[in-house]
Amino acid sequence: MGRSAPSLDTPVVLIGHEGRRRVVLAADQAARRAGLTVGMPATKAQALVEDLVILDADPEADGAALHRLAVWMQRHYAPLVTVYHPDGLVLDISGVAHLFGGEAAMLKDMLRKLASVGCGARIAAAPSYGAAHALARCVATTTYILAEDKVSEALDLLPTAALRLPGEMVAALKKLGFERIGELNATPRAPLALRFGSMIGARLDQAYGRVSEPLDPIIPPETPHVRKNFAEPIGAPETIARYTGVLVEQMAAELEVKGLGARKLDLLLFRVDNHIEAIRVGTSRPVRDVKRLTKLLCDRIEKVDPGFGVETMTLTAFVAEPLTYRASVSALGEPEVKDVSGLIDTLSNRIGEQQLYRLTPVESDVPERAVRRVTPLTPASGASWPAYWPRPTRLLDPPEAVETVALLPDHPPVAFTWRGMRRRVARADGPERIFGEWWKSDIECSAVRDYFQIEDDVGERYWLFRAGDGEDQKTGSQRWFLHGVFA
Amino acid sequence: MPTAPVQMDSLREQIRRIEAGSRVSCGFLPFGITDIDDRLPGGGLALGALHEVAGGANGAIDGAAAALFAAGILARTHGQVLWCMSRRDLFAPALAQAGLHPDRVIYAEAGSDTAILACFEEGLRHGGLAGVVAEVGKLGMTPSRRLQLAAEASGTIGIAIRRWRRQTEAADFGQPTASTTRWRVTALPASPLPVPGVGRPRWQVELIRARAGESADFEVEACDEEGRIAIPAKLVHRPVATVDGSERAVA
Repeated sequence: MGRSAPSLDTPVVLIGHEGRRRVVLAADQAARRAGLTVGMPATKAQALVEDLVILDADPEADGAALHRLAVWMQRHYAPLVTVYHPDGLVLDISGVAHLFGGEAAMLKDMLRKLASVGCGARIAAAPSYGAAHALARCVATTTYILAEDKVSEALDLLPTAALRLPGEMVAALKKLGFERIGELNATPRAPLALRFGSMIGARLDQAYGRVSEPLDPIIPPETPHVRKNFAEPIGAPETIARYTGVLVEQMAAELEVKGLGARKLDLLLFRVDNHIEAIRVGTSRPVRDVKRLTKLLCDRIEKVDPGFGVETMTLTAFVAEPLTYRASVSALGEPEVKDVSGLIDTLSNRIGEQQLYRLTPVESDVPERAVRRVTPLTPASGASWPAYWPRPTRLLDPPEAVETVALLPDHPPVAFTWRGMRRRVARADGPERIFGEWWKSDIECSAVRDYFQIEDDVGERYWLFRAGDGEDQKTGSQRWFLHGVFA
Repeated sequence: MPTAPVQMDSLREQIRRIEAGSRVSCGFLPFGITDIDDRLPGGGLALGALHEVAGGANGAIDGAAAALFAAGILARTHGQVLWCMSRRDLFAPALAQAGLHPDRVIYAEAGSDTAILACFEEGLRHGGLAGVVAEVGKLGMTPSRRLQLAAEASGTIGIAIRRWRRQTEAADFGQPTASTTRWRVTALPASPLPVPGVGRPRWQVELIRARAGESADFEVEACDEEGRIAIPAKLVHRPVATVDGSERAVA
């Protein structure tokens, strides 16, 4: 709506038809604070709130927007994404969470990225889709992660409405006295099935993870996509690897026609029991090399479970970028620079992109701030750290407090006790005074550290500092810390 | 009957060629110190091979001297270096001071020893790197054999820094592995200076095992800014230095 959008504290509701009645289909936070609820007749809402902004609901546009969001989620997070109309997305994050540094970090990242585009979200991760659906809608926190063995504990307490049952069925169950999923789960199935059909049993089993629930993943349009169906299901890793090679060859041909190289690839294995196993790999640069892509994909085949067999395999290059040819040797006489991007791809798919980095200097005298991580393929800057001050090989983070005997204000310690062992100082060098970076925070304005290089009587060398200049309490606590170990 | 040395040399050469098989001949990296290079078969550290370095005393836990020793070796090669580790306490400025430029080092942080060994092997197999360093605790016969074969096939030098959580686990260093050489680096008191202060650090470098070679001990001065270690000058053999005023005052 742009500029004409109502302000955040104006109550807004969306009105749509339910049968022949006009009812509230969605209400924003301000409207809910004013006492409006979803499902309330439109006339009642108008009567309750004076300056209510009423807009017509457009379910089709909502659906299209949700689909676009699903495509975006699929590109960023997980290969298997489906839309749950009207208000949910389902992601199968098995085997991809490690690329974001674990499930908690992944969920937080999703929340942050969604918030940056103005989407509020509640996210739950659980061993089964049913449980995740229920928890995302019923738990008050924005992110929630359910451990494998806590499923029944968590689900038992949730209301039956969280089970993806039709509204009238939930109302009928309530009339019978079933309020929580746990009560429903403890009841014999036969009478329930007689009255409500098999749906309740199926939803319970899905939520508790007793039966698997296949997802019907979205395939974004216009992405290079190849597919292979098998007359007989395949299961042996070698066979899967062979057909992965075949698919990659087809994919490479398709990419070549479009002049693209793959950045992210999804290999989906459709099992005979309708379950889908997925392998997702990424590359640091666009790649069309069959051997390299096959290696990346085959590297992860051991992680998938073919079950009773795989009947269809698909390969999608859901992120592809233009790839141009370039000469391998840049000029005569220049030393040949070996390309390590293949190795970096293999490793980052194995241990996660964040775990692979180069360190580059930052202009800072504070030792722990002097290094910054950059991606491994960042062009070489040629910058290094100044060589004239000794720096330890190992830096302790955080520095460990030590007990010392030292003359104030500017003498090195005579002896110190670190990790329960007393060491006598044989030789020392220093102090190297480092001032706080006053432009970063007020506390650092007057902070001082005096660093000493210290050698004990057996020849081991340490980096100690005193927080403060030895005279003025404003400059620090005057306590001693061990910050590093020299070689 | 003693065999003529020429005959022995040709026999050795023949055995070496048989042993080499299909592996890439990749040469040796000398330390540039005659005393050490003479003890190593080939006159230096074999490039397509696995080497092990551990720290002595407290160095078994912090691995500071071992890391700098490895950095000094790799500083004298050309190309990118992969450094695999599980604890993030390595301080890159120190490596830069030993001649290993930050643009050359790619760090891989893996959670467990097995993941580190997998990255280590992948790096060695790739062949485009100047060298691979991995900080590991346990290193059995089978993994080390795999690493040695991977290094032989690609001609990349592999250095395993053995580092343990507790001093008692350091006894693991006695277990046999397939590495070509095995070193222990222990910090010694620094070179004496005529003024108060800490001079150039010194290490006790023990060559514990060398395939087709003998073990030896050296006392060396730590890496300079180009990654070279040096044998300390023996002050006693020097001509008497001109004594300046300050020293006389101390004496």
